[in-house]
Amino acid sequence: MNYKNLIMNNQDPKYKEKTITIVDYGLGNILSVSRAFAYLGCNVALAKNSDEIEKASYLVLPGVGAFKKGMYELQAHQLIEPIKDYAKSGRPLLGICLGMQLLFESSEEIEICKGLEILSGHVKRIVSTDSNLKVPHIGWANLSMNPFHPNYSQDRFVNSLEKASVYFVHSYHPVTSKKNILAVSDYYHHEITSAVLENNIWGYQFHPEKSGKAGLELLKLFLSFS
Amino acid sequence: MNKIRVIARLDIKGANLIKGVHLEGLKIIGDPHTFAHKYYDEGADELIYIDSVASLYERNNILDIVSKTVEDVFIPLTVGGGIRSVEDAKKALRAGADKIAINTAAIKNPNIITEIAEHFGNQCVVVSIEAKRKAPNQWEAYTDNGREKTNIDVVEWVRKVQSIGAGEILLTSIDQEGTQKGFDIELIRSVMDVATIPVIASGGMGEISHIHELLQKTNVDAIAVAHGLHYNSTPIQKIKHELQKFDYE
Repeated sequence: MNYKNLIMNNQDPKYKEKTITIVDYGLGNILSVSRAFAYLGCNVALAKNSDEIEKASYLVLPGVGAFKKGMYELQAHQLIEPIKDYAKSGRPLLGICLGMQLLFESSEEIEICKGLEILSGHVKRIVSTDSNLKVPHIGWANLSMNPFHPNYSQDRFVNSLEKASVYFVHSYHPVTSKKNILAVSDYYHHEITSAVLENNIWGYQFHPEKSGKAGLELLKLFLSFS
Repeated sequence: MNKIRVIARLDIKGANLIKGVHLEGLKIIGDPHTFAHKYYDEGADELIYIDSVASLYERNNILDIVSKTVEDVFIPLTVGGGIRSVEDAKKALRAGADKIAINTAAIKNPNIITEIAEHFGNQCVVVSIEAKRKAPNQWEAYTDNGREKTNIDVVEWVRKVQSIGAGEILLTSIDQEGTQKGFDIELIRSVMDVATIPVIASGGMGEISHIHELLQKTNVDAIAVAHGLHYNSTPIQKIKHELQKFDYE
């Protein structure tokens, strides 16, 4: 793929300095996540081993598919410890969709399966008392920023998150402590944990790379972390 | 609540965006990428590309258009027309599609739905159903862009595909398609009654009041619009505005 043209067309030179490292463990949306960061003007590197993860300054863990398969692939590529070590270093880490779920302690998808245990909380199936609810949840929803999150006082967070319309494809979501939840959305009266942030660890349950301009703004929000 | 998605549907033949009536009599509209980008800028929630001549194995096929689109369009893209195997689906996903739509191949061999779902997840399998009214409250599924009969009942087919791995249904009314006379409400209702997966209604959107009727009478998950967007009679902002109004009612 030719990222050069995209980088040259970039309107926002401040992202040119940044290299985004995307964990490549064979699952799903790596290319679309790469294209979105490239469009913003970033250099994009794919990481398949511990050295490449260790060198990263911004690490992204994408993922589409089943939780157990995701953990299996991380294990098979010997990436579990490198990602945990990176997370402890304080540098920014963003999990997207399944990649966000993998950051938690466990998931109940198919059978209970241990996660990366970087964030506290468990991934659970979406349930609602509303009989119209369909799972998987495929579609767009508006985010509401959590007023109890420590970053609620920062305008750039509120501006990017509040009422942003973003695209979801999922059947599970993490249940975690209120103070780590950056934003929620409503799906048939079920509150979906849509974005989390604890110190340097970010998670987006939706697909910012498929959420139009609002999604690109939320990738920029992550890039603004240093 | 669940927001109704507004999907721009682009039927493509060779290098061109085309449009017909009842899926036939195709007219060239223009460059698909230009139109796709316009709909993205205007706030479309998704795009659907349907290759009307199933050119997957020819040179300069639809996947070239897909790869170009996804460089600067960041919303979900479904690609259909000519996908017959897991390998074809893989090619489309590699080119940048998020979901693939299948009709003819699924009718010939329903197992392909399960196979693709097992490889790439249910969320990326859209079963495209071309429905033609046969009798009151009865519709038959067609293949090959509305050309071939199958003797399969649409509602039964919906039940079947959702039980074997389909993630979404693209429901096109051949009778209404390209006519701008409104959706086939009865068809959509009959399908919604049995659907456990999201349904995209396609065919017939001609004026904004058609949305109103659709929302009042069905609980459809998404609408796909072609003619109304290509000819600008019902642009995306107008449709979204109407959907928002309905939210408050």
